[in-house]
Amino acid sequence: MPLTPPAEPDPEPKMNWASFYAVISGVNRHSTGIGRIWLSVLFIFRILVLVVAAESVWGDEKSGFTCNTQQPGCNSVCYDHFFPISHIRLWALQLILVSTPALLVAMHVAHRRHVDKKLYKLSGRASPKDLEQIKTQKMKITGALWWTYVISLFFRIVFEVTFMYVFYMIYPGYKMIRLVKCDSYPCPNTVDCFVSRPTEKTVFTVFMLAVSGVCILLNVAEVVFLVGKACSKHLHNAGDSTMGAWIAQKLCSY
Amino acid sequence: MSWPTLYAQLVGVNRYSTSLGKIWLSVLFIFRVMVLVVAAESVWGDEQSDFTCNTLQPGCENVCYDHFFPVSHIRLWCLQLVFVSTPTLLVAMYVAYRNHGDKKRILQSSAVQEAELESLKRRKMPLAGALWWTYACSLLFRLLFEGGFMYALYVVYDGFQMPRLVQCDQWPCPNLVDCFISRPTEKTVFTVFMATTSSICMVLNMAELAYLVAKAVTRGNIYPHGTTPLATFQGGHNEISQMFLEE
Repeated sequence: MPLTPPAEPDPEPKMNWASFYAVISGVNRHSTGIGRIWLSVLFIFRILVLVVAAESVWGDEKSGFTCNTQQPGCNSVCYDHFFPISHIRLWALQLILVSTPALLVAMHVAHRRHVDKKLYKLSGRASPKDLEQIKTQKMKITGALWWTYVISLFFRIVFEVTFMYVFYMIYPGYKMIRLVKCDSYPCPNTVDCFVSRPTEKTVFTVFMLAVSGVCILLNVAEVVFLVGKACSKHLHNAGDSTMGAWIAQKLCSY
Repeated sequence: MSWPTLYAQLVGVNRYSTSLGKIWLSVLFIFRVMVLVVAAESVWGDEQSDFTCNTLQPGCENVCYDHFFPVSHIRLWCLQLVFVSTPTLLVAMYVAYRNHGDKKRILQSSAVQEAELESLKRRKMPLAGALWWTYACSLLFRLLFEGGFMYALYVVYDGFQMPRLVQCDQWPCPNLVDCFISRPTEKTVFTVFMATTSSICMVLNMAELAYLVAKAVTRGNIYPHGTTPLATFQGGHNEISQMFLEE
């Protein structure tokens, strides 16, 4: 399911999500079908929504945060007390951390290709055509690569759940309240402080949470699929226990 | 000239890096440059406009901001990333210089040139001899710059924590005034994050240096002084281990 990165009218290229997409989508070739769906959901429903919509909702989060006092510094301090880290930054970190286990798989594939190349050279098939074939060949998810892939899925799930938990701890109930009461120094007494766009923020928080849940489900489904496939192959091989099949399975398992 | 341009330059040198070097490059660009551009820059975006002092005295806020923030974290990190990336370009320059020399030699000899030039473009130089020394020096410089910048950040800001309140009595502030920093907790989180990734990069560089030294030592042991792999063929095992040791 190839996606083209969004066309950017900037004259100067930026280090941004589009270049990040270019790096991560390279792993797409070695993913399962569910993995490709996961990647599309990640980029369309999370990164794109973050960049196109959520960032403008949270854009004035500090300038629009108003406290009922004229005491200088009270605004800053109360904002810092109730919003230790902004939703947008948490989502950006979550998306970066959740995408990087895929690079583990890319590294393993590169390593396997390197070994294949050496084996080819050793067996005398060192023509440029053969070496090109190694580059374009799609790796089967077997043996140690299977383990790397499952471990990367496991890390993805752990990161997703951890961030959802962190969100829940910092912003209980995932709801953005309209009014907070603050009495940190230098605020004179307890002052009322008003959050800007609370309903819109709640809507986006719930949306991002739902998509995060969908991604977790996709990852779990992918783990189940891979485990199921490995088990069925094992059972199939157990029935056909000839020497040839056993050797073939051992040779494939790197 | 921007981060993607730098990335393109460094990725070109990737061919001559060890695997640890490639991991280092990914960590650098994903966890440091990407996080800096996408997240950290918006946290520090309003650092001066939202720096508020409890006074109406004009100029006091400017002076106090300048006193407590001589160089912004963002600028320090940008400089650190630029300095840390440039030793790799040393390696690129050396490889280009070697290729240039070899190309001249090939063009001067009157034998068949096309195939040789092509193989020159595609060949991967083994990490030995002068290239090894260049690469090891670039790693040392990377370590020095990383450590230097982390120390500078620690010294300038008295640790990695951002206080909520600073007290300032620079002229023209009338007395000791309270000044409030915007988003101190978020800034502390990101400072710690960047310090952690910087340490991870330092550890990767040290591991890479140790690996290079170990490789040089074992290469010295396998081929004792005066012998070459062609001269001392002792069966398939030696040839295979030589191929796997050579990058």
